Amino acid sequence: MQDSDSIGIVSPQRVYFDTPLNLRSGVTLDSYELVYETYGELNANRSNAVLVCHALSGNHHVAGVYADNPKSTGWWNNMIGPGKPIDTRKFFVIGINNLGGCHGSTGPVSTNNKTGKRYGPDFPMVTTVDWVKTYTRLADQIGIECFAAVIGGSLGGMTAMQLALDAPERARHIAIIAASAKLTAQNIAFNDVARQAILTDPDFHGGDYYSHGTYPRRGLRLARMLGHITYLSDDSMATKFGRELRNGSLAFNYDVEFQIESYLHYQGDKFADLFDANTYLLMTKALDYFDPAQDYAGNLTAALAQAQANFLVLSFTSDWRFSPERSREIVKALLDNKLNVSYAEIPSTYGHDSFLMQDDYYHQLVRAYMDNIST
Amino acid sequence: MITEANKPLLTLRPDFATIADWIVPESSVLDLGCGDGTLLRYLKNKLNIHGYGIEIDTHNILACMKNGINVIHNDLESGLSGFENASFDYVILSQTLQAMRNTEYIIQEILRVGREGIVSFPNFGYWKNRLQVAHGHMPVSSTLPYQWYDTPNIHLCTLHDFEQLCQQHQINILERRVTNHDRKVTLFPNLFGVLAFYRFGHTTL
Repeated sequence: MQDSDSIGIVSPQRVYFDTPLNLRSGVTLDSYELVYETYGELNANRSNAVLVCHALSGNHHVAGVYADNPKSTGWWNNMIGPGKPIDTRKFFVIGINNLGGCHGSTGPVSTNNKTGKRYGPDFPMVTTVDWVKTYTRLADQIGIECFAAVIGGSLGGMTAMQLALDAPERARHIAIIAASAKLTAQNIAFNDVARQAILTDPDFHGGDYYSHGTYPRRGLRLARMLGHITYLSDDSMATKFGRELRNGSLAFNYDVEFQIESYLHYQGDKFADLFDANTYLLMTKALDYFDPAQDYAGNLTAALAQAQANFLVLSFTSDWRFSPERSREIVKALLDNKLNVSYAEIPSTYGHDSFLMQDDYYHQLVRAYMDNIST
Repeated sequence: MITEANKPLLTLRPDFATIADWIVPESSVLDLGCGDGTLLRYLKNKLNIHGYGIEIDTHNILACMKNGINVIHNDLESGLSGFENASFDYVILSQTLQAMRNTEYIIQEILRVGREGIVSFPNFGYWKNRLQVAHGHMPVSSTLPYQWYDTPNIHLCTLHDFEQLCQQHQINILERRVTNHDRKVTLFPNLFGVLAFYRFGHTTL
């Protein structure tokens, strides 16, 4: 069912760029397409645009529904819409599918014009630095000199932070939610297990499964199941599933016995139906590579010296994958640079996924912050 | 659009006004236990200071956000580790000292992070407090509005006590102001003062 203050029917747009893009990996992409959605109206000054950066498995469909599918609600529909924390009566909101994605923007699934074949494993590695370049080009295209705000959760928060560093004059506010200034070794380890699940799937064929007519479904499914465990918290799993059995008694075999197994299998299957394995590999790598302090001998304060925006940093108490400590490191570096920053640690039980959930305090904080952004 | 942040601030709480009196325009201010951010908002609008508030209470953090001031969620009891040495002109601790567990530590932290510290607290030496104690009861008043069993105030002190602590830590008291219901008290301040305000800095050797 659609809530009354939802944005309603939306449709994606597509923009083609033929200016070569020099990627951080050293590879140049001659041309590419980006898919995006917009909600609300761009004001006369073109000063009310809010860019929403998506997380690992996200896309451009942030709010509203598609005409042909009433269940296709955008992933941040509870946050964005008329009267919602990011109010589309005030802001012109843009959702974008990252380069390398599998929901319309050029990525491994796309056809390479030079070869007439899908890019597959030949699609170059992309990083937050590259995405920021594409975001500013899209902004140029739409005629937005400076975003009122750039907002993101998880990998999206990191990309928002990258924009504050690489294009400081192009955003007045940056919101970094449930993110980190760099992944911990534990996080990289989780990502690698996820990647190994895909890379070692016999149907992977070095990433060229498209031309083999196969799909590394088992690998992607496992990767997602692992990821999903880390995005929840022990408490939320215990509350939701406990040790509840699916059929009431132990079967003493390897079929699904516990409800949590059933849930994870379902999530894994659903994801494997919707997502491209190569894109998943690319996006987890982009996460691993993110480390703006790297060029400054590990000094995040020095890295953030270029930033000019005002910042909102939010973390969630039960998020162990991107814990509040990681957010505090960002806050510390912003404070060292005497930048305007507000930071709140939000009591939560849903783990990393909290940033997608409907939570009163969380939404009120975002609303309060956004209300004070003058356009 | 009228938001909390751009609504005019008509009157400032008298105790905040006393503190605001000491702040030099354009300076940097860290307000510990900043509540809903009223003081910082005033200082920002009137004196163009650059400041941050520190709060632990979620309602207050939200109120600060509505007030359009920088607020950082932090537990003061764990110190100010997120802040570099001498990074602020002033560090304010307004009517919070008496509720802190690590009182000595926070005073040291104030002077580590700030060039000057400003502290205010209810004077336990006020004669009405003494009278209530003399009658065998813990004081309850407008500045100490709690019963002994539900009070957050665990480290109450008098002017003499605070000054002694400063002496022990070689803290240089730069200015003191004592008030009784908006009036300055100069005669026997430890007896007639309800609220005490101190501005202090490092001892110059």
